[in-house]
Amino acid sequence: MSVLVFTENWDGKFKKQSFELVSYASKVAGMLNTQTVALSIGNVQEDELKKLATYSADKIIKVNNDNLKNLDNQAYTSVIAQVAEKHGAKVVIIANNNTGKALAPRLSVRLKAGLGSAVSKLPTSVEPFTIYKKALSGKAFANVVIKSDIKIITLSQNSYEFSENPKTASMETFEPVLDAIKTNVTDVQKQTGKLILTDAEIVVSGGRGMKSPDNWGPIEELAKVLGAATACSRPVSDEGWRPHEEHTGQTGKIVAPNLYIAVGISGAIQHLAGISSSKCIVAINTDKDAPIFEAANYGIIGDAAKVLPAFIQAVKER
Amino acid sequence: MRILICLSNVPDTTTKAKFVNDNKAFDTAGVQWIINPWDELALTRALELKANAANGIQKVTVITVGKADAEPTIRKALAIGADDAVRIDAEPKDAYFVAAQIAEYVKTNPYDIIVNGIESSDYNGSAVGGMVAEFLNIPSVSAVSSLEVANGEVKITREIDGGKEVVKSQIPVLLVVQKGIAKEPMIAAMRGIMMAKTKPLAVVAPQAIDALTEIVSFELPKPKPACKMIDSENVKELVNLLQNEAKVI
Repeated sequence: MSVLVFTENWDGKFKKQSFELVSYASKVAGMLNTQTVALSIGNVQEDELKKLATYSADKIIKVNNDNLKNLDNQAYTSVIAQVAEKHGAKVVIIANNNTGKALAPRLSVRLKAGLGSAVSKLPTSVEPFTIYKKALSGKAFANVVIKSDIKIITLSQNSYEFSENPKTASMETFEPVLDAIKTNVTDVQKQTGKLILTDAEIVVSGGRGMKSPDNWGPIEELAKVLGAATACSRPVSDEGWRPHEEHTGQTGKIVAPNLYIAVGISGAIQHLAGISSSKCIVAINTDKDAPIFEAANYGIIGDAAKVLPAFIQAVKER
Repeated sequence: MRILICLSNVPDTTTKAKFVNDNKAFDTAGVQWIINPWDELALTRALELKANAANGIQKVTVITVGKADAEPTIRKALAIGADDAVRIDAEPKDAYFVAAQIAEYVKTNPYDIIVNGIESSDYNGSAVGGMVAEFLNIPSVSAVSSLEVANGEVKITREIDGGKEVVKSQIPVLLVVQKGIAKEPMIAAMRGIMMAKTKPLAVVAPQAIDALTEIVSFELPKPKPACKMIDSENVKELVNLLQNEAKVI
């Protein structure tokens, strides 16, 4: 028996979310009195793999196969299922990111394992196995019982407090059996030098209250001094003021940073749905009745053109 | 080529969360039901592709798992331009149940491209699409933000963390699509609304399939403490609070 956690890597490196996942998996394993098996697919060096033990993996399994260079959902699902079967996984834990959302449902069918997705805390009970997940795009939460023998959880990013708890992990290589790959990645375009929105711990976001795309300078400057990513509301991306990759909200990107600064965003319910998991929200808006102030922890009623330069200055001077 | 769009019938995105039946179910009183926004974009893109005869798309079908009360939403999809519709006559129990029903239908009524929205705005499972693909043992591509069809192959742009990938896939294939797949949802014209009334809508009996999960209760998020207002002339105080009280910078 075991709890299996799939850890994605980015050019051979893990991210904070990988460690969050392994820590979470080890806590679930503790609840079930079993061990944590971490699976890595791809070309990851031993030193990097060992970091998974720092967050309480008992066993680290490495799969490195040329046919798995790109994400093919069928092939990856098959590898995870083979490892799950070999190690008698009772729970499989995957990130609730693009990759996780692609793999977890397939794995659910492959293993006939009930799926609890967008989970934001530890299971509230193991018998019956009950998870707590987002519903209605963050406007509500649901307690869900997974009835199958094997369970799959996708964990929402930045939802679980964790810290180092080193173990001595064993490491092994696994050779999967693979069918012919039916998809083919012909081109990769990576954004360079820019903080990835869903990874950012601080996000500075602008709305229609910025009045014109020419007024984005202070938003970018504030993001720079805070080490933050930039984002925007839906009208702003619909107008083409900012690229659609920056649109946060129900139909855009769902973010969960430690700090979300909303400038000139009124706070439509669909926008709030995309940011409601943020730990702290700051709202800057000229309209004192804007709904964003109901969601915010700190608010300033004022014009962005005046407030932002003072904000940037104050951050620099702190 | 035939395209199948999986539709989810969901409460309008402005709906406030309220529950009934010991917090076991959404309160649907007064709720406006809509096509799940991502599914609507998927339908739009399918119809755009079909409009160009060179793409060789003969038919766009919509399918949903739901009781008769889902029919206004299905008719809306027909009014927008889908050629026909299928309703599998069952209360959607969970994603596994829904996906199994759709997959069973497709096994006897094959499609070349099956499209799902990235998630439904009610249960946020992001699950049905990938499950259908696995039941059918066909490739799937997720987080798809553009779709072209040429020479019996599909060319897809997939969003990855901090970038994009161009992916080619054999068909049949299942695509899970997100924002970007179409610019604006297509709107039904009066002619479409009239035609929708006579377009075929097949009602299919469900298969016996057990759900793997069960919602035991809903709850509302914990209320946030009231927003602390700071004078616009004193932004320094905000930075001080973020640093020393909230400890987020």
